[in-house]
Amino acid sequence: MSPQLKNQLYELSVRLGDDALILGQRLCEWCGHAPSTEIDLTLSNLGLDLIGQARHFLTYAGELEGKGRDEDGLAFERDALDFKNCLLVEQPNGDFAQTIARHFLFSTWQLLFLEQLAQTNDETLRAIARKSIKEISYHASISAQWVIRLGDGTPESHDRMMNGLDWMWRFVDELFLVQEGIEDVCENIGLDLSSIENEWRNKVAATLKEATLDLPADRKGIFGGRVGHHSEHLGPLLSEMQSLPRTYNDANW
Amino acid sequence: MQNHADMGDEVDQVRAILSAVPDPEIPVISVMELGIVRKVDHQCVEITPTYTGCPATTVIETMIREALDQEGFENWSIKTVLAPPWTTDWISDEGRQKLLDYGIAPPPKGDGKGTLKEPSKTHCPQCRSSNVEEISQFGSTPCKALMRCLDCAEPFDRFKCI
Ligand SMILES: [Zn+2]
Repeated sequence: MSPQLKNQLYELSVRLGDDALILGQRLCEWCGHAPSTEIDLTLSNLGLDLIGQARHFLTYAGELEGKGRDEDGLAFERDALDFKNCLLVEQPNGDFAQTIARHFLFSTWQLLFLEQLAQTNDETLRAIARKSIKEISYHASISAQWVIRLGDGTPESHDRMMNGLDWMWRFVDELFLVQEGIEDVCENIGLDLSSIENEWRNKVAATLKEATLDLPADRKGIFGGRVGHHSEHLGPLLSEMQSLPRTYNDANW
Repeated sequence: MQNHADMGDEVDQVRAILSAVPDPEIPVISVMELGIVRKVDHQCVEITPTYTGCPATTVIETMIREALDQEGFENWSIKTVLAPPWTTDWISDEGRQKLLDYGIAPPPKGDGKGTLKEPSKTHCPQCRSSNVEEISQFGSTPCKALMRCLDCAEPFDRFKCI
């Protein structure tokens, strides 16, 4: 593989690792604050899955980069401008419905994406994808169940679910541009994303219909996460996540 | 230089050692019975995580390392592999029986390919009743759901299928 392609493969791994890491960190903010014990356990465990996946993607990224950075080096020693996650995953938790909206929109995409990644010819990414699909299919299913429960629940829960989806809807278009700027390597490893936007829109529409919710009105999408241009919400998240290893840089388990 | 017979003996010895290493979260079953040991060969033990985020993975590796070192197998290495991904189908029959005796409903065999959404055929480990309900989709660990028996009223854990 040429140095240019290798660099793009690093970039792809970082984007996927950062998506999982940042969303995992967001979900863990609920620990001890969720509306019920069941939900508390659920959100923390979904976060744990994502952090496990992030470790694999970032370890691989570190190997491709070849500068001696491991998963921790990449997670804790980069600044906001070097993070390549999509904007959707860094959005604030808001209320429970807003968190569920974010998770539903993201994991529905993530599952379709991983199914394609599992068919590429890059052995490591394929293995991580096949492993993660088992977990993310659960994420997609449990978040869809909650969208339906809240949407088709009380007038209050219906409104909150709709507001949550409205908040997140600006950030969904960016999901379908994960390959932007690294098209060569995506083609090289055989990553075919041509069908997932349609599939995603169909799945989301079907769930919202069952939830008695309207599809949010189309609006101008906001982009930038994949090139390090983040919303104001990422900085505070990173400063909390990175505070310990940056304060005590010899800290160890 | 070792001959083949010696190497075969070594593999058997290591397998026996691993059969005595318990899963840190469910200590009644061994890492062998849980199906996370994928290969014992060429002075290398290959293990695979149950869930990517399972906090026990590192503990398991440390415990295997200690057990091997204690028995004089310091020259053996441990390698973590992701593919093929672990499935609850790999839990051995003895492992399933031990889970049941311990009060955890084991995953039905062959359900590994299904989703985690709809558990099939869950029976109460205490009275074997199938009249059970789910209390929480996550129990004491991410791999278990919390259930309740509607006949004997005992709560119990159900091992999820993946
Ligand atoms: Zn019972």
